[in-house]
Amino acid sequence: MSGVAAAHPLRPRIDARVVPVLGAVAVFIVTAGFGSVAYGGFFSPQVFLNLLIDNAFLCIVGVGMTFVILSGGIDLSVGAVIALTTMVSAALVEQHHWSAAAAIPLVLAMGTAFGAFMGWLITRFRLQPFIVTLAGMFLARGLCYLISIDSISITDAGYTAIAQTRIPLFGDAASITVGALLAVVMVAIGIWLAHGTEFGRTVYAIGGNEASAVLMGLPVGRTTVLVYTFSGLCSALGGVVFTFYMLSGYGLHAVGLELDAIAAVVIGGTLLTGGVGYVIGTLFGVLILGVIQTLISFDGSLSSWWTRIVIGALLFVSCLLQRLFEARRP
Amino acid sequence: MRPPRSLRSLPPEGAHAADRQSGIRAWPWLSRLAEHRLFWPTCTLVLLLALNATFNAGFWQLQWRDGHLYGSLIDILNRAAPLAVVALGMTLVIATRGIDISVGAVVAIAGATAALLIGGTLVLKGGQQTYVSRTPMAVAIVAALAVAALCGLWNGLLVARVGMQPIIATLILMVAGRGIAQLITNGQIITVYYAPYFTIGNGFLLGLPFAVFIAAAVWVVLHLLMTRTALGLFIQAIGINPAAARLAGLPERLITVCVYVFCGFAAGVAGLIVSSNVKSADGNNAGLLLELDAILAVTLGGTLLTGGRFSLAGSVLGALIIQTLTSTIYSIGVPPEINLVVKAAVVFVVMLLQSAEFRASVRAWVQRRPLPGAPVR
Amino acid sequence: MADASIGSVILEARGLTRAFTGVVALRDVDFTLRAGEVHAVMGQNGAGKSTLIKVLTGVFPPDRGELRLHGAPIAPSSPAAAQHLGISTVYQEVNLCPNLSVAENIFAGRYPRRGAAGLWRIDWPRLNADARALLARLQLNIDVTRLLSSCSVAVQQMVAIARALSVQARVLVLDEPTSSLDESEVQQLFGVMRRLRDDGMAILFVTHFLDQMYAVSDRITVLRNGERVGEFLKDDLPPAALIRAMVGRELSAAVARQAHAPAAPAHDAHPALQATGLGRRGLLQPTDVMLRRGEVVGVGGLLGSGRTELARLLFALERSDSGEVKLAGEAVHLTTPVQAIRHRLAMCPEDRKVEGIVGELSVRENLVLALQARLGVRRFLRPGKQAEIARRFVQSLGIQVADLDAPIARLSGGNQQKAVLGRWLATDPKILILDEPTRGIDVAAKQEVMNEILQLARAGLAVLFISSEMDEVVRVSDRIVVLRDRRKVGELPGDTSEHEVFQLIAAGT
Repeated sequence: MSGVAAAHPLRPRIDARVVPVLGAVAVFIVTAGFGSVAYGGFFSPQVFLNLLIDNAFLCIVGVGMTFVILSGGIDLSVGAVIALTTMVSAALVEQHHWSAAAAIPLVLAMGTAFGAFMGWLITRFRLQPFIVTLAGMFLARGLCYLISIDSISITDAGYTAIAQTRIPLFGDAASITVGALLAVVMVAIGIWLAHGTEFGRTVYAIGGNEASAVLMGLPVGRTTVLVYTFSGLCSALGGVVFTFYMLSGYGLHAVGLELDAIAAVVIGGTLLTGGVGYVIGTLFGVLILGVIQTLISFDGSLSSWWTRIVIGALLFVSCLLQRLFEARRP
Repeated sequence: MRPPRSLRSLPPEGAHAADRQSGIRAWPWLSRLAEHRLFWPTCTLVLLLALNATFNAGFWQLQWRDGHLYGSLIDILNRAAPLAVVALGMTLVIATRGIDISVGAVVAIAGATAALLIGGTLVLKGGQQTYVSRTPMAVAIVAALAVAALCGLWNGLLVARVGMQPIIATLILMVAGRGIAQLITNGQIITVYYAPYFTIGNGFLLGLPFAVFIAAAVWVVLHLLMTRTALGLFIQAIGINPAAARLAGLPERLITVCVYVFCGFAAGVAGLIVSSNVKSADGNNAGLLLELDAILAVTLGGTLLTGGRFSLAGSVLGALIIQTLTSTIYSIGVPPEINLVVKAAVVFVVMLLQSAEFRASVRAWVQRRPLPGAPVR
Repeated sequence: MADASIGSVILEARGLTRAFTGVVALRDVDFTLRAGEVHAVMGQNGAGKSTLIKVLTGVFPPDRGELRLHGAPIAPSSPAAAQHLGISTVYQEVNLCPNLSVAENIFAGRYPRRGAAGLWRIDWPRLNADARALLARLQLNIDVTRLLSSCSVAVQQMVAIARALSVQARVLVLDEPTSSLDESEVQQLFGVMRRLRDDGMAILFVTHFLDQMYAVSDRITVLRNGERVGEFLKDDLPPAALIRAMVGRELSAAVARQAHAPAAPAHDAHPALQATGLGRRGLLQPTDVMLRRGEVVGVGGLLGSGRTELARLLFALERSDSGEVKLAGEAVHLTTPVQAIRHRLAMCPEDRKVEGIVGELSVRENLVLALQARLGVRRFLRPGKQAEIARRFVQSLGIQVADLDAPIARLSGGNQQKAVLGRWLATDPKILILDEPTRGIDVAAKQEVMNEILQLARAGLAVLFISSEMDEVVRVSDRIVVLRDRRKVGELPGDTSEHEVFQLIAAGT
């Protein structure tokens, strides 16, 4: 038993944890490759960047959701918080004539506080995250409608300016939006948090075995609250990006987005039971969702709801593989 | 508000005396009544109805018009029927410590199947223009229910055989289900023209809405199944102590699959009612957020999310409470969107009351400062 | 550990007392742990062993008494606090995170940081290097970046010990560390323990394996019924004396048999149950057991000797990986309890709270549960019929219950136990396995249960009776299977005295 447990020198031992993420990358390459072969014009830098541009808010929310799921929880309120963010932003900017520079920090703070509140309830009273974030979802959407039932269009100069900004890449070959840039930045921050900070490592520990984490003396309670706080922040930031994207505030924005976020995280290789997964996987999960959407719209003959079926199928395969992965472990 | 007995976990021996000290001491019959698991749901319902009546003058009025009863109360019963059916199915799943968040999608799928098969084309029959259905209505209904049950079977197999956590297993169908429904309807809202189909959701029998009879029938059948066969006993045993149930020889897996199949079936029934009611099938919006309402109804009715003892009557009451809530909000004159905030508040209150930690902190806070005259523990 | 010279007192407990509702688990217990020694704590069921460990490691505080570490009084409020003080525990289930790497498990919560160049993040190379160095102290040379779950249990325990070392532990508590290890791994662990001990560590070793305890310990504290019997040097306490200290009474050499009709086992062609070489790696070594109708076979052995494991293997609650079972001469392959029940086996589990009673169901429902399970879903026993069956067993077993419809959790322990027994009797079994049927019930109820067992056997059942109370086993059994350290060491006839049984256990093989 003891002593050397060296791997075969010629066969590199693959860490079991990265297998799901590699799977996600593989799926992305396969679907993107298929698209490039099947449709002319698919394989262009702008098309790929559009994946990121159109799904920037989903990506940002996904980063937050990754941490929640890694800790073994779930957050059903993200879509509702996005909607609330758009509504509050629109109301502040259009009806109370705040500037963008003032409104944005406020809605970020609001989302963060919302997440912190849910995290506190979950930790303090040992409530199930599913129910708490479900109630949060009701609450956030309800608050939206309290502000306005109809949508509020944003015509504020600051917002429209940011929404129209294009940052050129590779000379003038392609460009991305502010939102997409923010998405990339959040992914980078997420990766740093997950691998470089005690907070991130504690999240993994909690997801692996919460009872052990407590016995090991890790700050489990505090970290759980922070996880939901971070998710709230990401939802709010995603909401800000969504506001740029849609230039309106509306209670029916982002309905069902939480499911897309969960799907992106799971397809990206994070176990729903927690403890295993990578933030970069979520990025690929989002890109896969985007590619499927793009492929289906490129095809023209397939209707858009096939997206949901394909995502459901991918989700099923991911979950099944995860289950087999778990069952094999002693 | 003191949590009802059914919402509290079983207290250790000797705790009853202490509970009674801080409870209703004055009238013994009242305290015994209060301990009944349906007491608090019933009180809530009565309170909401009373609230409704104060804002709505003609709330209690029932009129006989067009050959059937007509009034606000009938409205509530009618609208609550599909939710009640889904909640009944959900109750059994929750009792086995599971959950099914795909019921909304199954409602859409079932409605779409029926609408597709019936449709309703205009033909000339005996000199008159009538709508006939594409397939015999009975076949269409059976097909829709079969598809719904199949969805339930899918969920059940994932949970019992593959061993996935219920929330994960049913999430898959929740995501894909809407797409499947859209597939069936071809992305459009299928309008049903065949008149006999409308009776499911709009018809009346003996003066009361037909949908109410359907819900009542499902309730009665389920009640009989639970009390006349060993199913009720088995489901509760599995939910309370799966290890002991296994050791006692209960067919755990089979029962688990069956409850999910029934939950799917119930969602199918609700889907028929809903699509018949609006005379169409909308793959996108049918049953939206229904799973959350159903879970809320079950929880309001006293069944714990952690499984075990369940109450069918409680779930029906829960569905009525939710529907009355909606109706009350409407009659108060507040925009119906407030509904969501109120629902959020209700969920918060219920889950806090079900949390042992919360009750302990409340008890600790209350006992820190004893009221004058109250016995100190 | 520089300030601890070998032999100096590190951890001291005086007058520890701890009670739980009605039960006094520890009564005025003193305990001394010295640097540079392996100190074993021995005791049977209810001796207070686990309570003592929990008090020492901060799981809960004592009601009375004090703890001193290096002479200074301490009162750890949680295991984490105890760890902080220098008392580290390695549990049987290795409470680490399986999804993290070996190195990370060692240093979780205390990561080396890299602050250079404005980047504040975890210094992974240093983490891995430190982990490697620490494991080298334990003479373990593995890839520290591999997942903990990919390592064997033995290696995982080493990692847990390494974590304890990394927090500068002065006291190391090993709680049943060898249960999942094979022989070579156990020797490896002992090697590490001896090395640490020689370095000055104070080690508290909790085990029920006599051989292992004797192999590695220096000092032994024996607890019995919540009180300390004594603290001995290992050489001063040979096995026979140890057993006497743990069990307590002056074991009568006389035969104390329950007056009852002599065994009249049916002379069937085949025994009701014949198990040959039944075992499972890590649980029980291949064992032979034979049950005949009309007799009571007792299983005698100390805590942890494999009694419950034998029962669970027979009832197919655990899958065996060796041996075969024949029921009435026919070979069967039982994989689930449902199959066992179909073959007319029945089992009362060791822990009625966990696997026995379904707390919130009524007494009536609990009593008919197994019978109903066998009848199936459709042949439902109506509440009236349930009550009739329930009343029958309530009467015959003397269950004191005011209301058959009240939740069974309200019954006293003894009555709950009788109800579980009643549940299985209602299925009219041929073979009845009873695992600790008298645990936690009062004396009068114990007697009633034992009488019932005898009556059942005389009525034609084959009964396997497991109890940690040796006097009970000796009193009712017609034959006694003796286990020690997860293997069978012999079989004795029914008219044996306790003394002889313990002698057999002490002698080993």
